[in-house]
Amino acid sequence: MANIDKDYSGVWVFVEQQEGKLANVTLELIGEAKKLASSLEVQVSTVLLGDKVEAIIPTLLEYGADKVYVIDDPVFHFYRAETYMKAFCYLVEKYKPEILLMGATTTGRDLAGAVATTLKTGLTADCTALDIDLEKKILLASRPAFGGNIMATIVCKDHRPQMATVRPKVMKMPIPESNRTGIVLREKFAIEEDSLRTIVLKIVKDQAEDVKLEDAKIVVSGGRGIQNEHGVKLLKELATVLGGVVGGSRGAIEKNLIDPKRQVGQTGQTVSPKLYFAIGISGAIQHIVGLQGSETIIAINTDPQCPMMKIATYSIVGDALTILPKLIEAFKQSLSEIKNLNLKNINCDIKGVVTVE
Amino acid sequence: MHILVCVKQVPDTTEIKMDPITNTMDRSTAPTIINPFDAHAVEEAVQIKKQMGGKVSIISMGPPQAQEVIKKCIEMGADEGYLLSDRAFAGSDTLSTSYILAMGIKKVMDKDPIDLVFCGKQAIDGDTAQVGPGIACRLGMPQLTYVEDIESFDLERNVVVLHRKIDNGYEVVQSKLPCLITVEKDINELSFSPLTNMIKAARYKPIAWGINDFESDLSQLGLKGSPTSVRRIFPPAQRAGGELLEGSEDKVVKTLVDKLKGGILQWQI
Repeated sequence: MANIDKDYSGVWVFVEQQEGKLANVTLELIGEAKKLASSLEVQVSTVLLGDKVEAIIPTLLEYGADKVYVIDDPVFHFYRAETYMKAFCYLVEKYKPEILLMGATTTGRDLAGAVATTLKTGLTADCTALDIDLEKKILLASRPAFGGNIMATIVCKDHRPQMATVRPKVMKMPIPESNRTGIVLREKFAIEEDSLRTIVLKIVKDQAEDVKLEDAKIVVSGGRGIQNEHGVKLLKELATVLGGVVGGSRGAIEKNLIDPKRQVGQTGQTVSPKLYFAIGISGAIQHIVGLQGSETIIAINTDPQCPMMKIATYSIVGDALTILPKLIEAFKQSLSEIKNLNLKNINCDIKGVVTVE
Repeated sequence: MHILVCVKQVPDTTEIKMDPITNTMDRSTAPTIINPFDAHAVEEAVQIKKQMGGKVSIISMGPPQAQEVIKKCIEMGADEGYLLSDRAFAGSDTLSTSYILAMGIKKVMDKDPIDLVFCGKQAIDGDTAQVGPGIACRLGMPQLTYVEDIESFDLERNVVVLHRKIDNGYEVVQSKLPCLITVEKDINELSFSPLTNMIKAARYKPIAWGINDFESDLSQLGLKGSPTSVRRIFPPAQRAGGELLEGSEDKVVKTLVDKLKGGILQWQI
C-alpha cells in the first residue's frame, strides 16, 4: 500500500440528476472539491451517468469541473444501485481518483455504500467539513456522531479512493464562471437490461410543495410546545404571512403534529435559511445540528434555560399559543405597511415626481 | 417466507449526557435500546409473516449484552436470533461490520434459505446508512434503501414492489427476491407485544457465534479490516447566543417584528 498516493490522483464528484434535472448538491460539492483539489494541486472531475444528459455538461464545467466523464445510455435513465454502482466502479478502477465526493441524499448515500464496499475502501457519511492534511496529503472528513453530541474527524489512510458524502446545503454554492470549458470524456459501459434484477416502475413526486424545506429562505418550525392542532394552525399561518415554509422537531413529529418529511435535524433535513423560527422547541442537539447554518434564529419557549434559547439570535420567553396570534397580527400589519410604501414609491417614480412618504 | 432482520443495540442518543469539562460522553447514563429504525424493520417482518406465513430470524453483532435487543425482537414476534460476538470483531467500521454480518447471514442461509433481508435505514449512533448497502453488496443481493411502503409480493414471479423514498417524493421499484431492504420509520406503526411473546422472550437465549464458527479472513475483521479511523474527537461548535427580548408579550412581539421586517420581504417565496 506504500505507493497508493502516486497511483491515485484527483478529486471526483458524482453528478446527481433525475431525468436530466441536476441536483444542487452536486454544484455545492464541485465548489468544495475545487478547494480540496487546489490544496492537493490536482484536478476536479465529475462523473455523469444518465440517459440523454449531455445538456448538463456545460453547467458542470461552469461551476468548476475540469473534466467530465460521461456514460450516456438508456440503462441509466433512472438511478439504480445495481447499474450505477457497476459503471461508477469501472470508472474509478480505470482512472483512479484519490477522493470521491457524493451528496448525502437518498441516492448519494445508497450509491456510496455500495461503491465503498465493492472497492473495499473507507467512506465517511454526512460530513459537515472537509479539509486536507497537507503533510500526509489525506482527506480529513469531519462529521457529527452520536446524534450530534460530538464531532469526529475521520481519515482513510491506506485505502483509495477516500470517500465522503455531504448533505445538501452544508457547502456553499460556488459562483459559476460563464463559458468556462474543460475536458469531456465519453465512456461506454455495457449492461444488458435483461440481466438486471431491479426496475424503477415510476417516480411519484411530492405535490403541493412549491418550495422544498431545504431551499426555503424562511422556515417556521414547531416542537412539542406547539401542543395541539390549534398550535399547528397558528404555525402554518405565521409561515404563510411570512412567506416561509413549515418545519418541525422530532417532538412535534412524534406527536403527529407535523409531517415527518418536514423534520429538521440529524434524522431529518439540514436547512440553512435566512430566518429560522424555533417555536416550542427545546433544542436537542439532534435538532440543532440540522439548523445551525441558519443566518438568524428566533426561539420562543417557556423555558429560558433550554439550549434553543441559548443559541438563538433573538429569544422570547413565553407560551407559543399566546404569542403566535400576536406575532401573526403584528407581521401582517407591518409587512403590508412596507408593501404599500414600496408601491407608492414606484408610482411616484413613474410620474417622475419625488415625494417623501 | 424467511425474513432475516439485522438489528443493532445503540445508546439512546437523546439521553447522552456530555461532561462539559472534558467534553467526553458519559456512556453510563445513556440506556441502550434497539436502534429505532431496526424496530420498524422487525415489525414489518413480523407483519409480513402474519400475512404470508414463514419465519423471522434476527441477527446482531455486538458485545454479549446485545442479546437484550435480540430478546426484544423475540418479544416483538421474531422466531429466532443469532448474536455475532467476539473480541476480534471489536473496532470494526462499516466496511468490516458488513463483512461480519454478511458472513453470519450466509451461515444462516446455508441451513435455511432467505427470501428477504431487512435493516433499519441507519443506526442512530453512527447515522451512516452504510451497513445495509454493504451487506447487500457482499451477498450479491439487490439493495433497496429508504423503503417507506411494501406494496405487494408476487411469489410466482418471485418479485416485490415497494416505495423507496427519494428527495422529492418516492419511486416505485420492483425487485427480484431475495433482496435487501432498509426501512424508514413511516413504513409501519409499532404494535404492542402479546404476553405470550414476552414470556418467550424472557427465557430466550440467542444462538451465539464467534470467530471460531466461521472460516473468516482475519484481515477483514475489526480494526485491521477497517479502512477508516478516527483522527480526532471534538465538541460541536457552539453558536454564540444572542439577545433575550424582555418585556410584556406585546412589547417583545413589536421589538421582534421591527428587527425582522426589513429582511422578510426579500426572503419571501
